[in-house]
Amino acid sequence: MGAGWIIITVTVLCALSLFAVAYIGERRNLSNNALVYTLSLAVFCTAWTFYGSVGRAATSGIGFLPIYLGPTLVAILFPLLLRKMIRITKVNRITSIADFIASRYGKSTLLAGLVTIMAVVGTVPYISLQLKAIATSFEVLWESAVGPISSSPNFLANTGLVVALLLALFAILFGTRHADVTEHNSGLVLAIAFEAVFKLAAFLAVGLYVTFGLYEGFGDLFAPERLNLDQQQLLQFEAAGSYGDWGWLIFLSMMAILFLPRQFQISVLENTSERHLFKAMWAFPLYLLLINLFVLPIAFAGLQQQPTADADFYVLSLPLANDQLGLALLVYVGGLFAATGMVIVATVTLSTMISNDLIVPILLRWPRMGLANRPNLSPILLSIRRLAILAILLLAYGYYVAAGRVSLVSIGLISFAAVAQFAPALLGGIYWKRGNRLGAIAGLLSGFLIWAYTLPLPSLEQLGGLSLTFTAAGPFGIDWLRPYALFGSTIENPVTHSLVWSLVTNTLVYITLSLLSTQTIREHAQSSRFVDVFERSEELDQLMIWGQTPTVGMLQRLLHRFLGERRAETALKEWEGATDSSLQAVDDAPPSLVNHVEKVLASAIGSASAHVVIASMLTEASLTMDEVINLLEETSKVYRYSQRLEQQSRELEKRTAELRVANERLKELDQMKSDFVSHVTHELRTPLTSIRAFSEILSENGDLDLAQRREFLGIIRGESERLTRLINNVLDLSKIESGNAEWLLSDVDLIEVVKESFALVEQLFVDKGIKTELLLPPAVPTLRADRDRLVQVMLNLLSNAIKFCDEEKGRVSITLTATINTLTVSVGDNGPGIDEKDADLIFAEFQQVRNVTRGKPQGTGLGLPISRHIIEHFGGRLWVESEPGQGATFKFELPVLREQPPPELNPLQAWSV
Amino acid sequence: MKKQILIVDDEPHIVTSLRFLMEKAGHEVAAVGNGANALELLETIRPDLILLDLMMPKVDGFEVCRRIRADGDEVKIIMLSARGQETEIQQALAIGADAYITKPFSTAEVVAQVDQLLTDE
Repeated sequence: MGAGWIIITVTVLCALSLFAVAYIGERRNLSNNALVYTLSLAVFCTAWTFYGSVGRAATSGIGFLPIYLGPTLVAILFPLLLRKMIRITKVNRITSIADFIASRYGKSTLLAGLVTIMAVVGTVPYISLQLKAIATSFEVLWESAVGPISSSPNFLANTGLVVALLLALFAILFGTRHADVTEHNSGLVLAIAFEAVFKLAAFLAVGLYVTFGLYEGFGDLFAPERLNLDQQQLLQFEAAGSYGDWGWLIFLSMMAILFLPRQFQISVLENTSERHLFKAMWAFPLYLLLINLFVLPIAFAGLQQQPTADADFYVLSLPLANDQLGLALLVYVGGLFAATGMVIVATVTLSTMISNDLIVPILLRWPRMGLANRPNLSPILLSIRRLAILAILLLAYGYYVAAGRVSLVSIGLISFAAVAQFAPALLGGIYWKRGNRLGAIAGLLSGFLIWAYTLPLPSLEQLGGLSLTFTAAGPFGIDWLRPYALFGSTIENPVTHSLVWSLVTNTLVYITLSLLSTQTIREHAQSSRFVDVFERSEELDQLMIWGQTPTVGMLQRLLHRFLGERRAETALKEWEGATDSSLQAVDDAPPSLVNHVEKVLASAIGSASAHVVIASMLTEASLTMDEVINLLEETSKVYRYSQRLEQQSRELEKRTAELRVANERLKELDQMKSDFVSHVTHELRTPLTSIRAFSEILSENGDLDLAQRREFLGIIRGESERLTRLINNVLDLSKIESGNAEWLLSDVDLIEVVKESFALVEQLFVDKGIKTELLLPPAVPTLRADRDRLVQVMLNLLSNAIKFCDEEKGRVSITLTATINTLTVSVGDNGPGIDEKDADLIFAEFQQVRNVTRGKPQGTGLGLPISRHIIEHFGGRLWVESEPGQGATFKFELPVLREQPPPELNPLQAWSV
Repeated sequence: MKKQILIVDDEPHIVTSLRFLMEKAGHEVAAVGNGANALELLETIRPDLILLDLMMPKVDGFEVCRRIRADGDEVKIIMLSARGQETEIQQALAIGADAYITKPFSTAEVVAQVDQLLTDE
């Protein structure tokens, strides 16, 4: 009996050590540490890893590896994927994976319940696996060290049940001490990390013992002469299954490390710093490598030394067979830790989901329970969770009894395939905004049903728990509904078969329905809170506007009811601290406080339930949930409408600014116009003044002598002509500027134009004694232009030259030059020239250059502006080059139309000539 | 009663017509074509009345009038302008012109206006 008591004492000490570690963890808050975080992730390595990997290696060689390759691959993505999930969880105060998915799709209670049920159904077999591992390892140890278990004390007779009940107690003590589940369970995390160290050490110890104690190293263990034919084949890759199976298994374990409820709990909910992920991304794969290092050696040693023993427990039976009781005890404790770690985290997680996402929403909708009006809900929540833990473990025990002897690994894979169904809704939910509630529910449901039909159902038949025959023949003999060969598919591995059908259906249904149906407003809001979590983390407290404003006191009572007095006070203080304000019970609660309370409440009862509670309180139960949602949708419509209004008013402002600029421009143009009119008026009145004055003088003074009479009549005639010219020019200019001028296009020889223009004014040069020279090339390319207009320009330039040249001393030179692309005419005089500052001014209307000594020049002041308009109309330019005192040269340049190139000779014709 | 009249205008024909009218009325006439020349001439002669065109290059009629008044000279000034806007008339009178005549003017009006101003003294 001595050995028996040692085993029991060690088991009890293990349990106590866990409590001790947890206690230290709670007090010292050691869980905020990247190493502890990484080690706690190793809750992935359960008794299935500890015992089952060796069992799997004994039957399929390296076939155990994909389960660890998947997580290794995912670990690389931790800083991307897991960080996003962590941020979303923190921002939205999410309490579980069910809450996560439900929150994403508009806080759907239906979805929360569905995910919870799937998680429970998927996890129970896995927990039963742990029960089995603990019970069997205890039996193996006991029978080897003490004797047959049936002759042992009564309480050990039903090992499985005892283990289940003890674990339930353990989990309850560990995980259900406060109602607020977003409070980090630092004790639990530290205990899990401690277990991870211990199980790794135990496994490495037995591995080293087997490899270097029983053999002389790896070379000796795998020496060809030691291996029989079967064992040699095990070392081939073919033994490990097809490539397709490998791929799917790797994928499956990738999903598992992300979506197993307990992994989600540890890696996402218990994460205290996103920075820890950067360490975990390499340290966690390292852990997986170490714990798998000795799997093959132990399996082969077992196959060689104990061909008849259960391969799943070689780890234990090898040391026992060699009388290493101490080592066996170490292994037993390692296995115990591996199993308890998983069971505690899984049951605590599932119990939270069951209470928050399944039971509480139902109770809240059941008015007779009056749950929403109970003074203190905290004890009720805890009771529900404790009962849930007990129920889960009893269910697992039931499965353990029914399942009998099925390999550890296959049960584990069934669980993996169940949680893989969360992938489309969850991954789609954080990366694809269009994914909606209908798609998520239908996808999850279809995937789950196919999974249930193709994996656990036939496995129950296999276990003999049910006597069904449809696995082989299909239900009612329908061939294509056979669970292992849906639609006649020929995938050999049942897990792969199930996974392909369920996940492909799930994904297609999710995407298709999401595309075909629309989101509600709340879903839409949630989808961007999730997908854009990093962009939106700053603006957490988006205002939710409720139908009625609650008082601070109402919210206080509500928190008190669900969380207890202490947590309620803390939550309100937290808000006061964050907003730097103080709350009075009678005050109306600001919307941000309502949101805060909802979030705090969400951490205790899940976001879907919290939403219903707040809504029902605010509306005094007179409003149904649907009405609240309608209200919200209305509000958000109004919000969007007002956003649109804001947008419009911004656009309006922009338009106004543009209009203001345009108006300024118009004013400017108007000013220019009125300046022009004023100028024209002045220029018209000036000759009119002379005409009127001399007309009156002539009519009132009949005694004027002939010479004077002639002089005055001459002035009248001259001024009348000036007036006519002016009117014509003004009309001409306004026609050109408004684009109404008629242009008569023809092929124009510029030499002819220059000669003709010169001929017209030649007499004026002669009269004034101005010397002229005409420098023209023999021929120039023709222009396409209005000939008369070009003559008009030439006449203007020539008459300007005459005007500004001194009598007798004047010299005017007219030249025409041609380049490849342009023809240039210049008219140079030796008059007074033009100041540089006036060079542009003279082309503006009515800007004549007046010379102090010379008096006002004759002319309308419109000649050069008109000339410039004409030249520019034909794509050319008109300018002046001058220096005061050195004369002025007016030049205009016109582009030559490119002639059609002469047709080239056809080379063939050239040859034939 | 023979008076001295100064005509300042950059339009030679208008100067001719005004000179004819003033000489016929029995006055002595001097004429210049721009404001600068007028100010220069005023340093040596003291006319009884100035017929002053407003729109002239560089030194315009306003400037000439302003300078004359700034020197404390009370000489009669009749402004002549082809623009004839109300604001311009106001401005001319404000800076010290005694009368304002819009071009084209009636010869009788100019003669009457000159007579009236000269007999006021």
